[in-house]
Amino acid sequence: MSAHADIEAHDDQAHHHHKETFITKYIFSQDHKMIAKQYLITGTIMGVIGVLMSMMMRMQLAWPEEPNVLFEALLGKWAPDGVMDADIYLALATIHGTLMVFFVLTAGLSGTFSNLLIPLQIGARDMASGFLNMVSYWLFFLSSVIMIGSLFVEAGPAAAGWTIYPPLSALPMAQGGSGLGMTLWLVSMGIFIASSLMGSLNYIVTVINLRTKGMSMTRLPLTIWAFFVTAIIGVVSFPVLLSAALLLIMDRSFGTSFFLSDIFLQGEVLHYQGGSPVLFEHLFWFLGHPEVYIVILPAMGLVSEIISTNARKPIFGYRAMVMSILAIAFLSTIVWGHHMFVSGMNPFLGSVFTFTTLLIAIPSAVKAFNWITTLWRGNLQLNPAMLFAIGFVSTFITGGLTGIILGDSALDINVHDTYFVIAHFHLVMGISALYGMFAGIYHWFPKMWGRMLNKNMGYLHFWVTAICAYGVFFPMHFIGMAGLPRRYYTNTNFPLFDDLQNTNVVITVFALVGGAFQLVYLYNFFASMFIGEKAVQNPWRSNTLEWTTPVEHIHGNWPGAIPHVYRWSYDYSKPGHDEDFVPQNVPLKEGEEELQH
Amino acid sequence: MTAFLTIIIVLFVAVAIWQMVKIFDLAQIGSADSTQVATDNDNKINGYLMLGFLAFIYITTILCFWYIGDLPLMSNAASEHGSEIDNLMIISMVIIFIVQTVTQFLLYYFTFKYRGEKGRTALYYADNNTLEAIWTFIPVIVLSGLIIYGLFTWTSIMNIDQSDDPLIVELYAQQFNWKARYAGNDNVLGLADVRLIDIDKANILGLDESDPNAQDDIITTVLHLPVGKPVLFKMRSQDVLHSAYMPHFRAQMNCVPGMITQFGFTPTVTTEDMRQRPAIVEKVNNINALRQENSEAVEARGQELFYQFDYLLLCNKICGKSHYNMQMKIIVETQEEYDAWINEQKLFKDSLIKQD
Repeated sequence: MSAHADIEAHDDQAHHHHKETFITKYIFSQDHKMIAKQYLITGTIMGVIGVLMSMMMRMQLAWPEEPNVLFEALLGKWAPDGVMDADIYLALATIHGTLMVFFVLTAGLSGTFSNLLIPLQIGARDMASGFLNMVSYWLFFLSSVIMIGSLFVEAGPAAAGWTIYPPLSALPMAQGGSGLGMTLWLVSMGIFIASSLMGSLNYIVTVINLRTKGMSMTRLPLTIWAFFVTAIIGVVSFPVLLSAALLLIMDRSFGTSFFLSDIFLQGEVLHYQGGSPVLFEHLFWFLGHPEVYIVILPAMGLVSEIISTNARKPIFGYRAMVMSILAIAFLSTIVWGHHMFVSGMNPFLGSVFTFTTLLIAIPSAVKAFNWITTLWRGNLQLNPAMLFAIGFVSTFITGGLTGIILGDSALDINVHDTYFVIAHFHLVMGISALYGMFAGIYHWFPKMWGRMLNKNMGYLHFWVTAICAYGVFFPMHFIGMAGLPRRYYTNTNFPLFDDLQNTNVVITVFALVGGAFQLVYLYNFFASMFIGEKAVQNPWRSNTLEWTTPVEHIHGNWPGAIPHVYRWSYDYSKPGHDEDFVPQNVPLKEGEEELQH
Repeated sequence: MTAFLTIIIVLFVAVAIWQMVKIFDLAQIGSADSTQVATDNDNKINGYLMLGFLAFIYITTILCFWYIGDLPLMSNAASEHGSEIDNLMIISMVIIFIVQTVTQFLLYYFTFKYRGEKGRTALYYADNNTLEAIWTFIPVIVLSGLIIYGLFTWTSIMNIDQSDDPLIVELYAQQFNWKARYAGNDNVLGLADVRLIDIDKANILGLDESDPNAQDDIITTVLHLPVGKPVLFKMRSQDVLHSAYMPHFRAQMNCVPGMITQFGFTPTVTTEDMRQRPAIVEKVNNINALRQENSEAVEARGQELFYQFDYLLLCNKICGKSHYNMQMKIIVETQEEYDAWINEQKLFKDSLIKQD
């Protein structure tokens, strides 16, 4: 009720400027647009660190045992004379995964665009609770600081893999990184989950309650559908990871035995009895698998919007797109066991998970075909955002198809935990989601900063990234099929894999070039904030409501009344109109029918 | 050398693209709205680049198959169920590559063909139930086939037929090595518990010394298997998760502290025979040539320069610092050779160090 009253109040006084100090405007801001930018910049910083880590891992794999000045400079005592230590390799793998999955592609992607677009596209003055939104960001910030802080711990950061399976993660005697580093990891993730839950609840409440007049659920842009459903998956599954983390903390610090049993380590029998590491795996993947959809669904939403806008054509099969989002969301919560086919779980359970897993391919295929059909007979404006959106569809298809192999329990036996898996998930959720994020940034940068990103740098960024991403991850499938396990610090102890070494070098070179060219993007991003060309109100000639707000950000989004909505957001190139786009707030002409989609 | 060539190629590509940026800049014609929105010229250049990228994907695919697609380990299964997995893998791969080739073509070709031009009008085409139904049901049918085939394969692999009287072998994992425990003449493993481990008495796997079944157990550090005889592995770990990965046999199972997991298969090719297979000979020659090239580095590692093919058991679940070097050699041999070998091994009761 209070939120509603707030909005009514805003309607009267939106044009008055609130008294804002530097701190309330830029730091403890409750404005969703500022919070979105905070998420984006924090996510970008975490992304730079995460990518840098992957570059170091790639260099280690290509040129093992060789001294490397970069290692010496960045890893310090972990790279005596520039030769990387085996423990820190595992730590890099762990923190790279954690940062990219949670801090960049969950908080950085969903946090940025849900915050920016939900109120703007549904026609709301702000989130349902600006305060909760602010707390959500600052908890995320705190968890980021703790996670980065854990890199500087004496015995090293968490190094049990991003999946932190116990007992390795539970016993400091088993691994240096399972000491204070692991404690900080768990604390950081606990806070992260709290942040994510606050954000998600806020998104759900906002979408349900604060839509402007006329904005029915079937007129919602697909971005909002994606954010809305993502938030629901988050609320359902993140608490389960929190409980796993809490139980792990109990096992580590208070001597309980939830996940541990019958352990003999370094000459002594530990007291743990009756727990099961497999239980942890279930709890972890109960979040862990929906998590990949938490990452990819917002990217899908952004891509649908960008493809339709730049194709100047309605998204094909709006209803099927919504249904497939819902189907993916539902299925995503009942497939987690495909990560555990060889965990010792009952084989019959494996069969069930194979069945549910392969079903996900159906809604995914529907989406891919619908995007392709949206391009057909369009008038494609190949802006950088559009290139990344097309790149998304491409890597989503390539990466998604190998999921048919990994989801099949019989085939998974032999490629489980090999580089085949690494190639698969990096393409289908890593690179794809990153493309979705880049597409979103190129498209909505003018909305965030009132300036345009330089398009030619954008083209350069896309083409080099696209080539390098394929160059890295396509050959990686093959070394996986040759049996090379992941998370090996070096393969030199297996002459069997010697013939894969040249491929590893090629992959690393592509990775280094691709990584280096992200600097073009970073320069473009930070420089354009200040010296970019000033944006016009609706640079992409788009239909959605955010482009009806002034370029200059104001608290409450619209200076006057909130626009009403009369149509869906995909009336591009509709016959009978002069322009090739008809914004949602334009009333139907006399005799014009709304498309019964 | 490969690295150098790749760097050169990628650099050329980068320079080419950089030059293209300049062309974009020069070709900029002042537009009414913004100079940072794609012009017809941008659409044209990027449209052609899309076609180029489609070619790049196809060429990458072909090159990968040409140079690294010959996977002797994927086609020379050394176990009975291995060839079933390989068949299913090939069928899945063929389907995947057909779909990949066609959809990527449509995606990039449409992008090229319908690149924006002034005066072109997009088709207002929002829905078609027939089309939607087609690309819902085709995947349904294809996937149903794959699911059914996959599940039959999975069930036949995982259901272990005890009536075959399999050889029982325990795989025992610890940071960072493997042990194998044979059940001896009775083919029954003695009871074991990590609480019974007594290093001083050399009871390293924690066998119950009072259990009669344990007396004739045999603990080894190399895994010998008789060819053609079903083996049932019982996996145990004493500290953290490990995974017993035997890629040549298409076999993998995690070793979980606190529980016993299992996996069974029948080895079909002896180590000697596998070494004679043309594909393996070629692979080994290739590896040895590479090792010769890098002989300094190989010797610096303290390894023998000359590599000979052996089946391996690898740890495939992150288990700590030396995870990357946790392996055990597997030797598949004839029943006679196996019998000769096992009879030379010390029984558990004889391996204990007597204490006063």
